Amino acid sequence: MKNQTVFFKNNILIMDTATMVGPKEKEGPLGEYFDKHVENDLLGQKSFEYAEIKMHVLLFKYLLNKTKLKDTDIDASLCGDLLDEIIGSNFTMRNFDIPFLGFYNACATFGECLIVAAFMLETGLVERLLCSTSSHFSTAERQYRFPLELGNQMTPLSQITTTGVGATLLNKRFGKVAIDCATLGRVVDYGVSDVNDMGAAMAPAARETMLAHFAGTGRTPDYYDLILTGDLGKAGSDLLRILMKEKGIELGDNYNDCGAMMFMGDQEKVGQGGSGAACSNLVFNSYVYKKMMKGELTKVLLVPTGALLSKISSLQGETIPAIAHAVSFIRKEEFQ
Amino acid sequence: MNEPNENYLKLVRQQMPKTKHFSTMVRAFLVGGLICTIGQGFHDLYEFLMPEMPIDGLQSLTLLTIMLITAVLTGFGVYDKIGAFGGAGSIIPITGFANSVVAPAMERKREGVVLGLCDNMFSIAGPVIVFGVTASIIVGLLVLIFRGWFL
Repeated sequence: MKNQTVFFKNNILIMDTATMVGPKEKEGPLGEYFDKHVENDLLGQKSFEYAEIKMHVLLFKYLLNKTKLKDTDIDASLCGDLLDEIIGSNFTMRNFDIPFLGFYNACATFGECLIVAAFMLETGLVERLLCSTSSHFSTAERQYRFPLELGNQMTPLSQITTTGVGATLLNKRFGKVAIDCATLGRVVDYGVSDVNDMGAAMAPAARETMLAHFAGTGRTPDYYDLILTGDLGKAGSDLLRILMKEKGIELGDNYNDCGAMMFMGDQEKVGQGGSGAACSNLVFNSYVYKKMMKGELTKVLLVPTGALLSKISSLQGETIPAIAHAVSFIRKEEFQ
Repeated sequence: MNEPNENYLKLVRQQMPKTKHFSTMVRAFLVGGLICTIGQGFHDLYEFLMPEMPIDGLQSLTLLTIMLITAVLTGFGVYDKIGAFGGAGSIIPITGFANSVVAPAMERKREGVVLGLCDNMFSIAGPVIVFGVTASIIVGLLVLIFRGWFL
């Protein structure tokens, strides 16, 4: 492994994907690309935690139905979410006879799941793997910030946690989109301590990972049709452009940010855009995957970013460490 | 590598959007002023209805009324929208205090009455109560000690 980057020799293909979102995401610019949506983000459950778990369960059932697979056909599921002790994933997997591996890298969890799954498939010992992450605005808000009904104001840098679940089914044989290489991220901390300013905390991590990726693969940003960072938000992605320029790499029109793409509306209502473990997952599994299947996009680099803080660490005056993983997707005709 | 990067923090301060102080202050003034005007309205109404009531009683009754209104508005999910618009204008009056007690109580209800609701009811308002009580004890002691000197 050089420059934190690995090339996968075997075919690691996306067999199918599924997404389910809340009402606000459905109204967003990407609304039409999501498979399923819920009208009420409580889903008739008694708490928002149960609602997030219910969404996750419904999505798994939908994906299994869609692909006509049984629980036992899946060798393992790699899941993560933002709740304490990742109960969202733990309680989801209580409903399925699928071996389970739980992951946490905050909002970069999806990248982590994909990379580990790719390594597992590369060994040839497993056949099919399911990667999924979930997040919910109302559960994240109470865990990281304030109660929902508290009359506080959003700062101009705040982001809205995305409500939704996305899942990717990986296998070795079927599919048109392949994971061809990946760059594992390091934990980067430049000393940002404002918990409302996640974009600034995560932008340096995204830069480190992208620099390592371009150095490791010998590619340039022009190689990709689309480069997507996880959830830096509008201001955070502008910051990343400046940071990359400092290192002599210009990010062009093919660069965008999943968080900035997620919501419609003025800054007063949606802040800098979406965030959360499901954010990069939903954008990839809906919009990007469907465009790649149609052939409108052939090479895509997904860089989910995560801020690795907890409420306790920030109260104790710690700065915010961040991580970003890069996963490169290529349409199969282009592969090798 | 992971030392605080001063140049970067400077860039962040320059680049990232800042709070629009003027418009938020105007909104806080309007919302705060409106809440206080409503309070004064209730005060005058009670004074008109119950002319024999002492001023202390009228004040308490007014506070109780607007706190009740806030609690109900919080329960119906209206007050957080007022707060999102008004900012400090809705936090500084006693309505903000009522909201900060009711909001966590509502949210924690699902974890049970004793360990959920009651335990977390003052998770936001707690510091206000602690500082209020402490400050009043200190002021009380000062008055007790120095009373004969000045008054």
